[in-house]
Amino acid sequence: MADKQPKWKDIPIGGVITEAGNAFQYNTGDWRSERPFVDMEKCIHCLQCWVFCPDASVLVENEKMSGFDYVHCKGCGICAHVCPVNAIEMVPEGEADKVAADQWGIKEKKTASESGKEKPAK
Amino acid sequence: MKTLEMKTLALTGNESGAEAMRQIDPEVVAAYPITPQTELMHKFAEFAADGKVATEMILVESEHSAMSACVGASAAGSRVMTATSSAGLALMWEIVYVAASNRLPIVMPVVNRALSAPINIHCDHADSMGCRDSGWIQLYSEDGQEVYDNIIQAVRIAENDGILLPVMVTFDGFIISHTMARVDVLPDKAVRKFIGERTPLHPLLDVNKPVTYGPLDLQDYYFEHKKQQAEAMRSAGAVIKAVGKEYGELSGREYGFFDEYLTSDADFIILALGSTAGTAKAAADELRSAGEKVGVLKLRVFRPFPAEELAAALAGARAIAVLDRSEGFSGIGGPVFQEVRSALYRRYQIPVSGYVYGLGGRDINVEMIASIYGDLKAGRYHEDKAAHFGVRE
Repeated sequence: MADKQPKWKDIPIGGVITEAGNAFQYNTGDWRSERPFVDMEKCIHCLQCWVFCPDASVLVENEKMSGFDYVHCKGCGICAHVCPVNAIEMVPEGEADKVAADQWGIKEKKTASESGKEKPAK
Repeated sequence: MKTLEMKTLALTGNESGAEAMRQIDPEVVAAYPITPQTELMHKFAEFAADGKVATEMILVESEHSAMSACVGASAAGSRVMTATSSAGLALMWEIVYVAASNRLPIVMPVVNRALSAPINIHCDHADSMGCRDSGWIQLYSEDGQEVYDNIIQAVRIAENDGILLPVMVTFDGFIISHTMARVDVLPDKAVRKFIGERTPLHPLLDVNKPVTYGPLDLQDYYFEHKKQQAEAMRSAGAVIKAVGKEYGELSGREYGFFDEYLTSDADFIILALGSTAGTAKAAADELRSAGEKVGVLKLRVFRPFPAEELAAALAGARAIAVLDRSEGFSGIGGPVFQEVRSALYRRYQIPVSGYVYGLGGRDINVEMIASIYGDLKAGRYHEDKAAHFGVRE
């Protein structure tokens, strides 16, 4: 990755940014320690998550919640917190790829484990 | 080359600095008063109030704000100056680094004064030496004439396209700032012509080319920006020299990294900064008339540190004493002592003896300096740990 980035002589001095909108190129997704997953069967498309997301990382198509922009989502979990129907689950990054691969393997895991919104801690 | 006709004035060091600032006529000056800088800004504010300069004076509530305003105005594209001392510089600290890191060519006279505590208004170099790592170029001045000359040159050095670093011009509080001496002043027009107009690289006010200053800069870019800054500092030496030469052609007073006084055949050299260099020259004169081969090297440019040139200039000496007007609290010696030793490393095997002196304005006189030459001649060196010279034992 480092090889592809510009060398010290090739960037403007003083950290000045000369092109607008280049925060979009910045992969803040790799800061994430937990990844949000949405259960579309539960989602009511109220777009509370879209309103509250501080990084504009909730994707919306035709006025419906359609997923997350994982390149920019920092995994803060606000979406999961504000979701009125608990359709969003935060999964540790170490397990996230497996969860994603299993599609909704997350559901089984949740019912099997002690945590989760449906089962409050004792 | 024919030099210009100059006016000779009787000015204090502070007035000399204010006179240079009047002729520079910076677009923005933001400042807060602090002893012993007060008189400089008082005088300049008078020029501004009387319409002698077109400067926008911004009177702020602290030095932190003063430097912040300077950073904003300089990023906007203006030619910007301020001045401070001691605790004022300490309060600016965070923004002093921001100015250098944003590559803003701000020029700031620093009237050297001891840092608290205990509170002390008199001269030592703890303030400017404390920010030797901040990325500012530092020029030390021996007298009012050098204050004037250095401030004018600082504008050209700072604004050089290949450098774009802020410059601190220091002079000793009270010893220089409040004593009146002869200063030869260039015609206003000659100064204006010498400094020219600032052509900012990324002016914030250019709405056709909008830019962002001060964005987040993490593991993947920060180091590259520090490399740029370090290289700019390394390149600054050549620019300082070229500007010093050009200024010499204009004024008859050429400037380099340091001044060598009777050093060419000297066995023993004292290296000092600021007004003490003048005292050391008087001591050298006395000892020379008694047949002693002694000399003085007055360091003008501390940042960037001219290691190679300095080592070459010291090469012929049998021993060197370095006088630091700040402690540094390294446990070893003052900042100048350490840099000089480092400059000589693997170049020349010459004993370097460290002296920390004059803290809080403690006086140093000709006899005291003569005694340092005596120590060198007798082989009494303070090599591992600098001596505290002039303290009551």
